[in-house]
Amino acid sequence: MSAQPILEMRSITKEFPGVKALSEVTLTVMPAEIHAICGENGAGKSTLMKVLSGVYPHGTYTGEIYFRGEEVQFKDIRASEAAGIAIIHQELALIPELSITENIFLGNEIAKRGRIDWAEAKIRALDLLARVGLEEDPDTQIKHLGVGKQQLVEIAKALAKDVKLLILDEPTAALNEDDSEHLLDLIRGLKGKGITSIMISHKLNEIEEIADEITIIRDGHTIETLDVKAGGVDEDRIIRGMVGRSLESRFPDRTPHIGDVFFEVKDWTIQHPQVPERLVAKGSSFNVRRGEIVGLAGLMGAGRTELAMSIFGRSYGNYLAGTIVKDGKEIVLKDVESAIEHGLAYVSEDRKQLGLNLLDTIKRSIVAAKLSKISKRGVVDDSQEFGIAEEYRKQLRIKTPSVDVGVSKLSGGNQQKVVLAKWMFTDPDLLILDEPTRGIDVGAKYEIYTIIQALAAQGKGVILISSELPELLGIADRIYTVFEGQITDNIPASEANPEALMRSMTSAKKKANA
Amino acid sequence: MSTASTPASPQKKGGLSDIRKVFGGGQSSLRQFGILGSLIVIILIFQIWTDGLTLSPTNLINVVNQYSYILILSIGMVMVIIMGHIDLSVGSVAAFTGIVVAKAMAEWNMPWPLAILLGLAVGIAIGAWQGFWVAFVGVPAFIVTLAGMLVFRGGNQFIGQSTTTPVPQEFSFIGAGYLPELSVPLDFNVLTMLLGLAGAAWIVWNEIHLRRTQKKLGSEMAPVWVSVVKVVVLAGVILWAAWLFATGRPGTSFPISGIILVVLVIVYSFITNNTIFGRHIYAVGGNRLAATLSGVKDRRVDFFVMMNMSVLAALAGMIFVARSTASGPQDGNGWELDAIAAVFIGGAAVSGGIGTVIGSIVGGLVMAFLNNGLQLIGAGADVVQIIKGLVLLLAVAVDVWSKRQGGASIFGIWSNRRKARLESQGPTEPPAVAPTNVSNESSQPADLPR
Repeated sequence: MSAQPILEMRSITKEFPGVKALSEVTLTVMPAEIHAICGENGAGKSTLMKVLSGVYPHGTYTGEIYFRGEEVQFKDIRASEAAGIAIIHQELALIPELSITENIFLGNEIAKRGRIDWAEAKIRALDLLARVGLEEDPDTQIKHLGVGKQQLVEIAKALAKDVKLLILDEPTAALNEDDSEHLLDLIRGLKGKGITSIMISHKLNEIEEIADEITIIRDGHTIETLDVKAGGVDEDRIIRGMVGRSLESRFPDRTPHIGDVFFEVKDWTIQHPQVPERLVAKGSSFNVRRGEIVGLAGLMGAGRTELAMSIFGRSYGNYLAGTIVKDGKEIVLKDVESAIEHGLAYVSEDRKQLGLNLLDTIKRSIVAAKLSKISKRGVVDDSQEFGIAEEYRKQLRIKTPSVDVGVSKLSGGNQQKVVLAKWMFTDPDLLILDEPTRGIDVGAKYEIYTIIQALAAQGKGVILISSELPELLGIADRIYTVFEGQITDNIPASEANPEALMRSMTSAKKKANA
Repeated sequence: MSTASTPASPQKKGGLSDIRKVFGGGQSSLRQFGILGSLIVIILIFQIWTDGLTLSPTNLINVVNQYSYILILSIGMVMVIIMGHIDLSVGSVAAFTGIVVAKAMAEWNMPWPLAILLGLAVGIAIGAWQGFWVAFVGVPAFIVTLAGMLVFRGGNQFIGQSTTTPVPQEFSFIGAGYLPELSVPLDFNVLTMLLGLAGAAWIVWNEIHLRRTQKKLGSEMAPVWVSVVKVVVLAGVILWAAWLFATGRPGTSFPISGIILVVLVIVYSFITNNTIFGRHIYAVGGNRLAATLSGVKDRRVDFFVMMNMSVLAALAGMIFVARSTASGPQDGNGWELDAIAAVFIGGAAVSGGIGTVIGSIVGGLVMAFLNNGLQLIGAGADVVQIIKGLVLLLAVAVDVWSKRQGGASIFGIWSNRRKARLESQGPTEPPAVAPTNVSNESSQPADLPR
């Protein structure tokens, strides 16, 4: 093996308005190796790969990229593909209605003077399918393939472009164990044929098994590069690198007053809405006490949001089994309306898609989830609505000249306060907050924490879903960890530490002992 | 305007934004302001062009009689479009209802009040049918109503055997009737004037009520002169219009179909603005997922909005049949397009979530006066169609363009430019951001300076 690296990214800095996503990041990848990139959600892994593949064109970042010994300046994805870099995204970019052959050569058609040579394309497709170990008729439509096989088609598509460097973003996130194993074998096989791979994954056991080198990114900085072959690298070592940061006093002080268990979910099992064989929640059981803030920790795709939404009036997936007990009585929440009536509130992680009608004004948004409270015989009382909105504006310090302003005008933090107000207005007993501080600045975060703590102080139960471990450790009283749809641990926050949480979030070794 | 000579400052919120408040300065009415301006300009242009014929009593009565059914359709259509759907079947539904009602009266000797109820029942049934496919099966409304357009057009011709069926004289009053003359020795129609007075009184009362509520809640109030100007202008327009209607040809006054229209506008404005159902329409149209996660039963809203449209189409069909004293195989051809055009000219968004009943009525009036004015100056149907098409395209293009500029309307852009110019003249002043000047349209969130 030559000592010349195939890829070198030097002091890459990428800024978004208000955020420095990457700061002086360095990445060196040797030829024909499998290089893993590890980091928490939001550490900057995907951003780095987007810089590399030209999604963020040259000029929108600073720093240099050397590929196969030459400096490259990609202006779009096509340019990076032409150089031999292919990226396979978490969300597959295949067209379901087209056949395998058509997908493999999409944008790269085998044509003479604009006429596609289908015979040649099919022969080449068969050859590529053999290389990725997929025994399927190349005329099969993509929609008839499972996710695992689709992943292989994606790789075949990359190979068709004569790829030198393959980037895989969470390739096994959606796969079952067999398919994952097959995929990892394939990546190893490609390595044997001289193809370099960069792999982003949250599954540390896989990384430990397959990677030659591991680069750890945290908060937009390169922390270290570990050489797996040299030995001494295990999951604990990786986790330490990923979370090793001090907890600053970013959280308001609070003395919790925790009452009795009032909300309990038992053996909750939910099917994926499109893929019935996938269970997004597998017999999950958990409980919440009055006045308690319960954290739900898990990596992306672990099934936290799915679990929360399925409880909130079955707004996600197909219900298979499980019961909900509230205040000692079993309740059945068939739709969102009944969930709201039973005192549940769900603040979505996706404020703009699921939380707010961005065309609406602040006051109308605040009362939207419980119009009946300010209505008589179906007629909404405007002046009451205004008064209530004003109250919440003052109480939550929503920064706006008037509650008649459209919510689209507000900053992320203030929009989030409107969403919180909307759900506080429904008088919930249990609030499920899904990533309530995502995408908002530090000052606003502090205010949101204060609101959450005030809600708990009123004796309400709070479930806090968060990808930020410091946030969970700083705010929650107790933390459940979720891994692949299962609850893997239940730790009082005072006894929890990031390493232990990360371990439970990345493997199902430990079982919950509720 | 005086603000041109004085430097803009954050404290001064007078001038443009106050003038806009004269027309009810809320977020959504901003868009309508531009359309209302266009309507006034169009009417004035034709008024001059036709030597005062446009605003003559006879012509106004004519416009109401001729376009009331399109305006009624646009009330239902705007709700459908806010939901993100479309209804192509309204013309056929109107025609189908017309022939059923005509046959019922002509062949079964059904009394006309009963026939009207039958017509509404037909509308409900058709609406339930179309609503079912849209809401509970999930077929796109475009397809369902395209099918409905064919089915009910065919249904009309099947029942009527592709010939016209006359309706009895008594029935025609809902389409061609007028407010009756009272035996009072005055040379104008007293009922029409009373109606006008009632309207003016309502405007005054409404403004007083609004100011009282605002004062009670301590919310931002427009200056008194704004309220006074607003009331005087609106009440003046209403009384003047009433006077025109009341002093037309003997035997004519404000048409019954116009009264039906006014009642429907009031009722549906109330429904869309002040009821839970109305809020749900905007909520689902604006963001269906967020609405569902707030406990709104979106399918139920889909169903009733589609159903409501067909009921209004049935009503429009009956008014048309009454006016033309017969139901024919080509009734209501192309109405759907006129109604849809009216709604979009009136500021509704193709993607749903935006639109108002009043806006659509103003949009419909733009089309009506354009049509009418062009006919008065002797333009042929060909030219009228070309111009109508171009106006629709232009109106929506200006809207799309202004959205991209971050302005709410032509007026918004104009005032923003002015502001920019004023700022550049007074470089020491901080930027003036009057909340009412900010557009509602940009989806980019921004921090508001406080």
